[in-house]
Amino acid sequence: MSQPGVIIVGAGQGGLQAAISLRQEGYAGSVTLIGAEPGLPYQRPPLSKAYLTEGNADALVLRPESFFSTKDITYLPGTRVEAINRAARQVVLPGGARLDYDQLILATGTRNLRPSIQGLGRALDLRTLADARRLREVLASPRRVAVIGGGFIGLEFAAAARKLGHEVAVIEAEDRLMSRVVSPLMSDHFKALHEGWGTELHLGQPAAAVDAIGVTLPDGHHVSAATVLLAAGVCPNTELAEDAGLAIENGIRTDDRLRSSDPSIYALGDCASFPDPRSGRQVRLESVQAATDHARLIAAQIAKGADAAYAAVPWFWSDQADRKLQIAGLAGPEATETMIEDGIVARLDAAGVAALETVNNAGAHMRARRLLAGGGPVTLETMRAAVLKTAVCI
Amino acid sequence: MVQLIFVHPDGSQTEVDALEGQSVMKAAVANDVDGIVGECGGAMMCATCHCYIDEAWADRTGPREDGEEDMLEGAASEVTEHSRLSCQIKLTPELDGLVIHLPEEQL
Repeated sequence: MSQPGVIIVGAGQGGLQAAISLRQEGYAGSVTLIGAEPGLPYQRPPLSKAYLTEGNADALVLRPESFFSTKDITYLPGTRVEAINRAARQVVLPGGARLDYDQLILATGTRNLRPSIQGLGRALDLRTLADARRLREVLASPRRVAVIGGGFIGLEFAAAARKLGHEVAVIEAEDRLMSRVVSPLMSDHFKALHEGWGTELHLGQPAAAVDAIGVTLPDGHHVSAATVLLAAGVCPNTELAEDAGLAIENGIRTDDRLRSSDPSIYALGDCASFPDPRSGRQVRLESVQAATDHARLIAAQIAKGADAAYAAVPWFWSDQADRKLQIAGLAGPEATETMIEDGIVARLDAAGVAALETVNNAGAHMRARRLLAGGGPVTLETMRAAVLKTAVCI
Repeated sequence: MVQLIFVHPDGSQTEVDALEGQSVMKAAVANDVDGIVGECGGAMMCATCHCYIDEAWADRTGPREDGEEDMLEGAASEVTEHSRLSCQIKLTPELDGLVIHLPEEQL
């Protein structure tokens, strides 16, 4: 490794996409992709969805081993970078080996948030393929499962576990489901669905303690469970960046080109906080879309000197049983909500429609995405006409 | 093995040996066929695996799946009667030799 080139720390979907895009854009320097997990880079979203019910790990692999040699990408799995030496433009590997870089891309992702709950060590995680494998083993025999956290992962898991015939209880600290990412109307919609599927919901109740027979709630109620899953959100892996003196703000802080406070170091995906193109607010998104769109923008800058601000419209999805929740756009905490029709909720702020939430309605979702990508403010009337495919009177 | 023939917009071809049960998208991505992105991994969320099934094969790949039509609305290239999301086409022995035309762009 005599010539420095690009080093990518983190081999999730975003890190891998950066490597793929660098080569697609014609970058001729060396590309090194370093991942902490063993094995080939894989897709994470199905771990809480199809993988739980089907168990096909091969289907998760993003690129075969041959891809890396064909594209001349050095892939170092099972390797946790120990430090970044910005002055020397080097990353330090376990054992002290040093690799030089011209540009460094941090794609370090997130890890599970571990609230201070007594006995939490007994709870299982659902973050990596190894976690999901363990859960599948546990779910091989019928049991009662308690899930701490009523967000996407917790609810996707709950729906899958119900499908497999288990008894499921979800414990959520906030008074509604998915409160961080969807409107109160959509929270209610999914509350009714999960209750209909036979899941027991405990809302407004942070777990107080986990023991061998279940979870105790603050009001003293005990939710009995043989297995407890922790799905209470994540925190960004910023330690490497922080130790190297990079600016941190709920993630590795970047500008609208995804550059950190050191212009030779970029950050992407779940670990990066970047200016939201619509509101200008610094945001951190946990999504495949952000990770891969970030990766493509960074690769184009490095490979071709492209100079465009990040402008992609965010989108998210969650599969819960037979319902596909789709979100186009990004609503801030101040957003209000309006139901356009059953299962279609618009979120509004001072500048117009910030996001559209739909259930099993791909057409409305895609039309909303296109409209929001137009750039200018979108009024509720324009959005309503677009998603319902009605004519607009001007 | 099921053989697939991808035809690029410039007329060049890439032949791929795919596995039965795999989707056309997965086979393309696993073999690094330029022109199929498959960003969402087959969850029908992104329309970046848009392809055109060769006319001669149209009756063998079956009709579009639920929701596929709607997602195609978001495809980056022109959508025709032969347009499919390649993640929704599962490979069977009957599709050996399938010819798939790739669009100009996916993003």
